[in-house]
Amino acid sequence: MTVRKISLALCCTGFFAFLVACSDQGLNNPYRDNDSASSIIYSSFSERPKELDPVKSYNAGEYEFIAQIYEPPLQYHFLKRPYQLVPLAATRMPEKQFFDATGALLPEDVDPKQVAYTEYTVTIQSGIRYQPHPAFSKDAAGEFHYHQLTPADLQNINKLADFESVASRILTAEDYVYQIKRLAHPNLHSPLAGLLSNYIRGFKDYRSDVLTQLDRQETWLDLRQIAMSGVEVLDQQRYQIRVEGVYPQFIYWLSMPFFAPIPWEADRFYSQQGMAERNISFDWYPVGTGPYMLTENNPNLRMVLSKNPNFHGELYPTEGEPGDAERGLLQDAGKPLPFVDRIEFSLEKESIPYWNKFLQGYYDTSGISSDSFDQSVELNSRGEFGLSDEMIERDIKMSSAVATSLYYLGFNMLDPVIGGDSERARLLRRAISIAVDYDEFISIFRNGRGEPAQGPIPPGIFGFEEGQAGINPYVYDWQKGSLKRKSIQQAKQILTDAGYANGIDQESGKPLILYFDTVSRGADSKALLNWMVKQFAKLDIQLVIRTTDGNRFMDKLDKGTFQIYQLGWNADYPDPENFFFLLYGPNSMALSKGQNYSNYQNPNYDRLFDKMKAMENSPERLRIIREMNAIVRADAPWVWSFYPKQYSLNHAWYQNVKPNLMANNTFKYRRVDAAKRAQMRKEWNDAVLWPVYALFLLLLLSIVPAIISYRKRELARGL
Amino acid sequence: MSAYIIRRMLYAIPILIGINLITFVLFFVVNSPDDMALMQLGSKHTTELQIEDWKRERGYHLPLLYNAEQSGLAAVTETIFYQKSAKLFVFDFGSSDSGRDIGYDISQRMWPSLALAIPTLLVGLLVTITLALTIAFFRGTYIDYWAVIICVALISISSLFYIIGGQFLIGKLLKIVPISGFDTGLHALKFMILPVLIGIVGGIGSNTRWYRTIFLEEINKDYVRTARSKGLSEQMVLFKHVLRNALIPILTGVVVVLPLLFMGSLLTENFFGIPGLGSYTIDAINRQDFAIVRAMVFLGSVLYIIGLVLTDISYTLVDPRIRLS
Repeated sequence: MTVRKISLALCCTGFFAFLVACSDQGLNNPYRDNDSASSIIYSSFSERPKELDPVKSYNAGEYEFIAQIYEPPLQYHFLKRPYQLVPLAATRMPEKQFFDATGALLPEDVDPKQVAYTEYTVTIQSGIRYQPHPAFSKDAAGEFHYHQLTPADLQNINKLADFESVASRILTAEDYVYQIKRLAHPNLHSPLAGLLSNYIRGFKDYRSDVLTQLDRQETWLDLRQIAMSGVEVLDQQRYQIRVEGVYPQFIYWLSMPFFAPIPWEADRFYSQQGMAERNISFDWYPVGTGPYMLTENNPNLRMVLSKNPNFHGELYPTEGEPGDAERGLLQDAGKPLPFVDRIEFSLEKESIPYWNKFLQGYYDTSGISSDSFDQSVELNSRGEFGLSDEMIERDIKMSSAVATSLYYLGFNMLDPVIGGDSERARLLRRAISIAVDYDEFISIFRNGRGEPAQGPIPPGIFGFEEGQAGINPYVYDWQKGSLKRKSIQQAKQILTDAGYANGIDQESGKPLILYFDTVSRGADSKALLNWMVKQFAKLDIQLVIRTTDGNRFMDKLDKGTFQIYQLGWNADYPDPENFFFLLYGPNSMALSKGQNYSNYQNPNYDRLFDKMKAMENSPERLRIIREMNAIVRADAPWVWSFYPKQYSLNHAWYQNVKPNLMANNTFKYRRVDAAKRAQMRKEWNDAVLWPVYALFLLLLLSIVPAIISYRKRELARGL
Repeated sequence: MSAYIIRRMLYAIPILIGINLITFVLFFVVNSPDDMALMQLGSKHTTELQIEDWKRERGYHLPLLYNAEQSGLAAVTETIFYQKSAKLFVFDFGSSDSGRDIGYDISQRMWPSLALAIPTLLVGLLVTITLALTIAFFRGTYIDYWAVIICVALISISSLFYIIGGQFLIGKLLKIVPISGFDTGLHALKFMILPVLIGIVGGIGSNTRWYRTIFLEEINKDYVRTARSKGLSEQMVLFKHVLRNALIPILTGVVVVLPLLFMGSLLTENFFGIPGLGSYTIDAINRQDFAIVRAMVFLGSVLYIIGLVLTDISYTLVDPRIRLS
């Protein structure tokens, strides 16, 4: 028995020793060994992408894939700040012309009120080719191989790679127009359809035209045959989009995958019977012209982007903002992109395993979660964040950027107590704005990863102002060159002026009770909700927390049956309009199901918004923005909470990293020193086997007394 | 026995209809079709018209349980409940609300779940039965005393601790296996070692204590005394007589969970990034994808009923005195 166990222990030991000898990348390497020295970026995704079709996809997680595959006409400059649009598939920025209702051309500096529509002409580069795809494959007679498939043809087809023949073709302007028509298709449910129907001419009518055609035929609908009055193909390289009135923000949408080209051949190919059942669709197999193509789509395990062999080529930018050259960000200036052959995304649902694998060198970059914050970041004597010694030892670099996002605590302006335009309610909101100390919140709950917000516009967006000029004077004072929150005594005085001295309504004599609706619940949120109650308690206001699920919460916002709520907003594009519209009166949730959840109405603000929206960035626009900021700060429909700050850690072998919170197609700029990564991985991942041997030994030793006892029993005499 | 099995299968039909009905009502109490549409379409820029289009295309524009606008049978069949649930009884799971084939997804995801669950169950059984028999052999000694204390301590520890602790110790500190992940074919082996080990260790406390109790009950019976009096060694008594007789309650516990192994382990799959059916279900709940939730609850119910029937059948195999009627 003992001999058998010792043999077993020795076998196990031998097995581990064999594994160590076999693997020069360590036993814990989650990748296949033959990949170790390749030019690959290792990244992750936490949930399977819901949509990869650019007509529907509207999510950062999905853009991480499709933004590398599809090429809309424009993109954000990788290095320059403030964010700047530059051509991607286009040869130059779109040409813009204004027209009146009769179709007469108007001068550039015309009053926006006279403009009936704006015409954008986009010219795309010639010679761009699609990635290889079976949809383009033709036989000798010029007929498509796979456009008339029967159920019998599909019998042995389960994935795209099962189609033997692939081909490509030149990108044309018509492909861009085709996609715009797809955005209007009622069965494709584009999240942008509602918004675009207000802007692109003929977009709304196109929906009904398509529905009429769909009633007539059940097979594939060739959208090229149905015209949309607001889009037009001029020639192989040029197309036009007509936008109602003046909407300068429209060009930002042209940098998003919604406006990427879709070849009609692929649409025809995917629409065949039996394809959807096999998950052979745009959602599973994107068809693009970008630097990468999706070569493995296994959302249960791994997604792999590989270099597109037909990529037309693009060069690394030669200009950046001051300091970029010193940071080594221009070392690759003018070199052809992309630098990396493959990007491998592994399914990683939890942050703790991700973080540990990052430290072992198996991921190239990582964010900083609350769990890993203390391990990765230290506060120095000047109150600045720096890397911990452990990170410095590993030669890990840190980069940070304030997100173009805003969190806010909103008041329902339709509520008779907290809302409305009365001075009493306005003072109450201002007092609360001071009392709810978001400086403390950032320090406690976000480990300092945020900046206290001063208004609706976050840093990086035109209209945001640093320093004294940009402060909210109702909440902060500017003292000795820095922000100082007003005291709670001042807040109490404002509350007294509002008629709620010591939290008692002077009119009714009853204590002031307010209600906070939130979806935060569970143990994790308890501290945060307690903190919120305490903030109101500073003013002797009782805050009642009403936790609810997401659907009910949205239902309350929809019906306006709430007092206080908390939400956030990520910029769709870097323009102040994309934040100010959240407080625009006609956009009120109660009135028009818009995104002004606070139902804030101020005619003066709305008038300025209409003016500002139609303007290009200029000193005049800045003046209007200041005026609008002053109005909303005074009215305080929101407590401006904070602008989140994002930190990311990168291994030394992961290069050309500069946070760009607007662009999603940045993998093409990255460079990886694979040899260094392989070396560091080896250094960091030597298996520690002695505890295993010790455990076996301990087990063996513990068995000995048991065996002795067993033998004693067996040999003992019975009674 | 065939008659018994057929009868049990027929009993299952009203049970499954009931389960479907309860799932349906509970799901739609929390989520309206509008909520589901918003979840799929996103809340940014979505219009009422788009929501209506989405519902119409997927059949969520119909009334939930009774269609007052229709007459006769159509009043029941032209409802979301009938349209979405009837096909389940022929195991046609249809498409998810995001348009993917559920049957295909299940067929892909059940293998990782099984790859984790089967070795955990088999090796776990071997380890815990061996330990329980050993403890039973040393009943009343310091080994028994300490084993019970250790078992209680192991039961008291949260399964999350085993996972995080295991990843930290074996994956991070000792670097013997990958901390998390999965791969196909034989490459999956190295990813399975840690979750299986954690699954086994996590089950040792409760199972060993339970089996020990069963074994002790058997050890005190007359036939064991008779076997000993015949001069059989303790090893023979335990492994030949006690183990065989103690198998009935052990089988009850094991066979009933066998079909449920398909359903996967939510926590382990999540932490190790194993793409099994457990995480599939939870993802669907988070995305409010009723089609997947409904399919998975139905599948779980069917498997549970199969498990119960298998348990009954296994009784007859282990104990010839038991007859199904």
